[in-house]
Amino acid sequence: MGNKKHIIGYNTYILVWLSLLALTAITVSIAGIHLGDYTLLIAMFIAAIKSALVINIFMHIKFDEPIFKVFLALSGFTLLIIFVLTFFDFIYR
Amino acid sequence: MANGVIAIEEKNFYQQSTNKYSGILSWLLTTDHKRIGLMYLYTISFFFIVGVIIGILMRLELLTPGKTIVDAQTYNTLFTLHGVIMIFLFIIPGLPAIFGNFFLPIQIGARDVAFPRLNLLSYYVYVVGAILVFISLFLPGGPIDTGWTFYIPYSVRSSTNVSMAILAAFILGFSSILTGINFITTVHRLRAPEMTFFKMPLFVWATYATAWIQIIATPVIGITILLVIIERTFGVGIFDPALGGDPILFQHLFWIYSHPAVYIMILPAMGVVSEIIPTFARRTIFGYKAIAMSSLAIAFVGYLVWAHHMFTSGMSDTARWVFSLLTFIVALPSGVKVFNWVATMYKGSIDPQTPFLWVMAFIFLFSIGGLTGLVLGSLATDVHLHDTYFVVAHFHYVMFGGTGTIFFAALHYWFPKMFGRMYFKKVANIAVLLFFIGFNMLYFTKFIMGYMGMPRRYYDYLPQFATLQEISTVGSWILALAIFLMAGNLIYSLRKGPKAGPNPWGGVTLEWHIPSPPPMENFKEIPTITHEPYDFSQLKEMKNES
Ligand code: HEM
Ligand SMILES: [Cu+2]
Repeated sequence: MGNKKHIIGYNTYILVWLSLLALTAITVSIAGIHLGDYTLLIAMFIAAIKSALVINIFMHIKFDEPIFKVFLALSGFTLLIIFVLTFFDFIYR
Repeated sequence: MANGVIAIEEKNFYQQSTNKYSGILSWLLTTDHKRIGLMYLYTISFFFIVGVIIGILMRLELLTPGKTIVDAQTYNTLFTLHGVIMIFLFIIPGLPAIFGNFFLPIQIGARDVAFPRLNLLSYYVYVVGAILVFISLFLPGGPIDTGWTFYIPYSVRSSTNVSMAILAAFILGFSSILTGINFITTVHRLRAPEMTFFKMPLFVWATYATAWIQIIATPVIGITILLVIIERTFGVGIFDPALGGDPILFQHLFWIYSHPAVYIMILPAMGVVSEIIPTFARRTIFGYKAIAMSSLAIAFVGYLVWAHHMFTSGMSDTARWVFSLLTFIVALPSGVKVFNWVATMYKGSIDPQTPFLWVMAFIFLFSIGGLTGLVLGSLATDVHLHDTYFVVAHFHYVMFGGTGTIFFAALHYWFPKMFGRMYFKKVANIAVLLFFIGFNMLYFTKFIMGYMGMPRRYYDYLPQFATLQEISTVGSWILALAIFLMAGNLIYSLRKGPKAGPNPWGGVTLEWHIPSPPPMENFKEIPTITHEPYDFSQLKEMKNES
C-alpha cells in the first residue's frame, strides 16, 4: 500500500480545478436553456465527468490498490440502483 | 483457538491508561477501544433511560381520553423527542459503538481498532450531536414537533426549532460514518495471522456488513438534512410544493437512508445472536457461511426497498408495486438466519442462562415484528394500516423487541468479560420474564387498535379504544419495572457481584481466552488461530490456559 508514491504536479491539479469550474459553469448555463427531457441527462453526464476527475486525481484512486477501486465501484453501483429505482416513481408519476 | 495467550497477574485496562493522565482525564482522552466502548455504554444507556421515561409519560397521557397530563402540542414534541432519542441516540449507535468497539478488535485478535484517535473523535462527535438536541429544547420556538421523520412540508413550516434538531441528526451521522470506516479498516488490516475472513466470528461479520451501510447510506440523510435547513433558512424551493419543490422527493431521500438504517440497527443484533446461541447450545453454529453471507446480502438488498414506507404518499403506481415486490425479497436472507439458528439449537445441550433467555425473547418478538412487516409491505393491506398504531406496534416489535432485547442480551453475555464480575442470575431472569409480559401488553394491544383504525401520533382517542389503551399503559409500567430491575441488578453487580473468571459461559471465541477484564492491549502476543470460530472441542485445552 502506498509504497509507490505518485507525485502529481501542481499544474495538473490546477488544470483539473479549472475544468471542474468550467463544467460547473456549463451546468448552470444549460439549466437556463429549455432542453426538455434531456436537461437531466446532460446534467447527470457532466456530474459524472466531474466526479470521475475528483475521484481519480484529487482522491488518488487512479494510483491506489485495486481493492479501493472495488469498494468505490460497489458504492457507485449502489448509487446507480438507487437512481434507477427512484425513476420508477419519477417517470410514471 | 489460541494458545498461551493468558497472561498471569497482568494489569487490566481499568488499571492501566493509554495516556499520561490518571483519573477522569485518562478516560476522557483515552484511545483504548475498550474504554471508548464503555464511555459509549454509559452515555447511550443514559439516553435510553431518558427515552424510556418519555415513552412512559406518553403512555400516561393515553391512559384516559382527552387531556390526562399534557396537551396536544406537548404530546407532539414528546413523541418526536422519544423517536429522535431512541433512533439516533440509542438504537443506531448502540450495538456497534458499544459492543463493536469493545469486542470486534478482540474477536479478530487485534490490540485496538485501526484508527484509535478517530474512534475517540467519533465519541465526541456523538456527544456534540446529543448536546445540540438538548439545546434545541430550550431555545425560543420550542422543541421540535415534526415526528422523527421530519416530513416536508410541515418541517419547513413548523415554527419550532427544527433546524437545530436536525442539524444534530446530521452531526450524529458523522459519528456513525467514522465508526464504520474504523471497523472496515480494522477488519481488513488488523486480523491476526491465520484469522481468515471465514474464521471470523459472526458478530464481526455482522458488524462489518453494518459498517458498509453506515458509510454508504448515512451521507444521504446528511445531504437531505442540509437541504431542509437551506430551505428553512433561505426559502429555496427544494421540497415544499408551495415554492415549486417536490415533497415526495424528501420522502425518497429520507427513506433511502432510513430503511438501510433499520439494518444498521438489526444486523449487529443478529451477529450477537449468532454468538450467544452456539455458546449456550454447546454446538458449532449451523450454516456458518450462510449466516455470514446473508449479512452481506441483507446489507445489499436493504437498499432496494425504501419506498415501502411511501405507499400512500402519492408516488407512481408503478413504483408502488415494484417496491412491494422487492420488499418480499428482503425476508429471504433474514429467514436464512432464523432457520440456521434454530438448526444450531436442534439436539444441542442447551444451558438456558440469562443471555440465552433474552435471545429466546428476541426470536419470538422479532418474528412477530418481521411477519407484521410483510403485512405492511403488501401494498393493499398497507393502504389500510399506514399511519395507524399497527405501524407503531410493528416497529417497536422489530426495533425494541429485536435490537433492544439483543442489546440487553449482549449486556448480560459480555458483562462478566467487561467488568470481571457476574450479576445475580435469578434477578436477571425475573427481569426477562417481566419484560416479556410488559412488552406484549404494551405493544400487542397496539396491533389490535391499529387494525381497528387508531391513528398514530394522537394524544386523544375515541371511547372504543379505552380498554386496550389502559392495558397498554399498564404494560408500560411492567416493562419499566423490568428495565429498572435489570439495570439495578447490573449496576449493583459492578461492585458487589461475584468475581467472574475468564470464561464463565464456556465460550470459545477469542474474548473468552483472555482475562476478565481484559488487559490493556488485549493480548500479550497476537494469538495464533488454530480452530474454527465455534469449535467447542477446544474447551478442554482452554482449561489449561488459565
Ligand atoms: C418503555 C419503552 C417505550 C415506550 C413506553 C414507548 C412508547 C411509545 C409511544 C406511546 C409512542 C407514540 C405512539 C404514537 O402516538 O404514535 C412511541 C413512538 C415511537 N417509539 Fe417508542 N416506546 C418505548 C421504547 C422505544 C424504543 C426502545 C424505541 C427504539 C428502539 C422506540 C422507538 C419509537 C419511535 C421511532 C417512535 C415514533 C415516533 C414518531 O412517531 O415520530 N420506542 N413509543
Ligand atoms: Cu423500510
